[in-house]
Amino acid sequence: MYFNLIMPDTAYIVGIVLLPLAGFVLLGLFGRRYFRRASGVIGTVLLLGSTVLALWTAYGYFTTAGKEHGVYQPVYPLKLPWLVFSDRLSIDLSIILDPISVMMIVIVTVVSLMVHIFSLGYMKGEERFGTYYAFLGLFTFSMLGLVLSENIFALFIFWELVGVSSFLLIGYHYDRPSAVTAAKKAFIVTRFADLSFLIGILILGLEANTFDIRGIYDRLPDLFAAPHPAVGLGLVLIFIGGAGKSALFPLHIWLPDAMEGPTPVSALIHAATMVVAGVYLVARLYLLYIWHESVMELILYVGVISAMLAAIIACTQTDIKRVLAYSTMSQIGFMIFSLGAVNYHNLNDDSNALGFSGSMFHLFTHAFFKALLFLCAGVIIHLVHSNEMKDMGGLRKRMPLVHACFLIACLAISGIPPFAGFFSKEEILAATLNANKFVYALALFTSGLTAFYMFRLYFSIFWWKAAEGHVRKGEGGIPFSMKLPLLILAAGSVFAGFVPVSDLVSLAGPLNEHPFGVRAIAPVGIALLGIILAGYLYKKESNRPARARAAFSGLYRLAAHKFYIDELYYFVTKKIIFNGIGRPAAWFDRNIVDGLMNGLAAVTAWVSAKIKGIQSGKVQDYALYFFAGIGGLAVLFIYLYT
Amino acid sequence: MSQVPLTHILVLSTALFFIGMYGLFTRRNLITMLMSVELILNSANINFVAFNRYLYPGKLDGIFFSLFIVAIAAAEAAVAIAIIINLYRNFKSIDVEAADEMKF
Repeated sequence: MYFNLIMPDTAYIVGIVLLPLAGFVLLGLFGRRYFRRASGVIGTVLLLGSTVLALWTAYGYFTTAGKEHGVYQPVYPLKLPWLVFSDRLSIDLSIILDPISVMMIVIVTVVSLMVHIFSLGYMKGEERFGTYYAFLGLFTFSMLGLVLSENIFALFIFWELVGVSSFLLIGYHYDRPSAVTAAKKAFIVTRFADLSFLIGILILGLEANTFDIRGIYDRLPDLFAAPHPAVGLGLVLIFIGGAGKSALFPLHIWLPDAMEGPTPVSALIHAATMVVAGVYLVARLYLLYIWHESVMELILYVGVISAMLAAIIACTQTDIKRVLAYSTMSQIGFMIFSLGAVNYHNLNDDSNALGFSGSMFHLFTHAFFKALLFLCAGVIIHLVHSNEMKDMGGLRKRMPLVHACFLIACLAISGIPPFAGFFSKEEILAATLNANKFVYALALFTSGLTAFYMFRLYFSIFWWKAAEGHVRKGEGGIPFSMKLPLLILAAGSVFAGFVPVSDLVSLAGPLNEHPFGVRAIAPVGIALLGIILAGYLYKKESNRPARARAAFSGLYRLAAHKFYIDELYYFVTKKIIFNGIGRPAAWFDRNIVDGLMNGLAAVTAWVSAKIKGIQSGKVQDYALYFFAGIGGLAVLFIYLYT
Repeated sequence: MSQVPLTHILVLSTALFFIGMYGLFTRRNLITMLMSVELILNSANINFVAFNRYLYPGKLDGIFFSLFIVAIAAAEAAVAIAIIINLYRNFKSIDVEAADEMKF
């Protein structure tokens, strides 16, 4: 039988997950009526505890625990059998600590803490302040459960919980129809992908005979001597599930609309944590994925197409949050194709491990600068009361701190040394160069585009020409609770590159070489080119952008309409699914199912009307029935006894 | 003269019983229904006296019971008249078909 395996000195790890859950329960039940304004502080303090535990765990894991032959081994501090259906199928609550999960808990707790602190100032005065913090706690709990989960089914449960939290937070301002629609869209698209995820889990579990990661890792040597087609199918389906949550092409349609939620929510969920869940999923099952060359090729191309598509669209968007949303989609594309960047013709090359490490490193650094970008956007929107770039301009004089932080983040995302993004992006590009030259060219082009559209955003907001009359007060009015996270995340964007994440989080121990020398010249060069071009077009007010738009008018219009992908989806759902399946189903329900029930009721009513005359109210009728009964009984008894 | 056979008297009382029942079910006037009930009671009375005279000539038990029936019939008639008076006060009629409010 099973017995609980809790390594006693690591029992505090459970606290990482449970503290935010306690926050959700406490604030959800009592936040609105009793705690009110204190809810923010309560949520933040609980999360601070969780962050400290996570950092302590990371310190303990990376310095002392489980190192064999220089490679970090997974540690399993907790295994609680929960729903045991048979000896093969059981949903357990178990925790796995390995480099990627430890890195993720650090990222999730730190960014969530920053968002909690920022929201103290940003969401102040909200009626449902306590509810907001409850939802944040629910999300953090779900995300931490997702990354620490060892059983794939438990992971799927947390996956769905994360989707629910996202829905609740996007639709937080439920009196706005656009927010409600966006929340529904996000949930439905990701739910649809989750169907494929579930089928993939079932196939994988069937083939591997277990649903535990530990069991799968144990069985790896004998199962995968040759690629197994059913497992390949399962892995593709799981990847599709991850693609939905990570907004990869073509399941990306929900991410730009999700910007309807409050800006700190966008920073937490749709930039740093939830959308990387798909990347985490592939990384978690990476030891399975690398055996299937065709699946890896799919991952590579989906990633690079998403990255490029998003970068092109971002060049035409005018809403600051939409630009950042497409930027997120693009960066996630980078992380994904990096995971797929393995050279199958030359498997002994050391650079094959670069893809995995680079992707995880980029996940780490991206969390910092993307969250910073969104929080800066939050401050700007807070002051300008508008999301559109045309209402901003010349803000560098009024908001020096935000200006500095935004600039740091833009330099980081463009991959300029020595900021954080440089180190992670170089590894990704080096891995891709090793794996597939064509994809490398596309990736290089996309890097240049990244620098271009980010600095287009930067120059349009902080330089260009000051917009009339919108900004009445400057940065001085911003509370410290909104400035502190900016400072911390800016420090992260500068220094996170120096944390040796790619050596700690890797497949086979520290990397043999880091591509920061010759191979870095082309990407940094193309990024600088992008920055210069953006400066030329957007720094000073002129008609150069308008002329550039006119020169590329066809492509510009296509990109500004997001390549009409949303329209295609609406066409398929409204014309084909609703008309072809929805209407007949509704007809069947209304006429046949309801008709059956109505028919039964009508028959009953008719019978009732016919026999109601028995209760006539006349005494003599009743007396007649009475004596008729006696007569009948008499006949019966006479018949029985003769 | 030879005795009247017992069966004749029983047939008489049965006939009276069913006539009374018919009257109870058919008559509309409450007082007439009361008269039919009296008829039923008296048919039972005849039965008692007949059985007493023909089966147990020396004893008087049947006649005692007849006296009881007569007394009870009188009491019951008094109660029935009281009910009829109440019914009349509610429905302003002694037609039994007028009191049909407890219907569907």
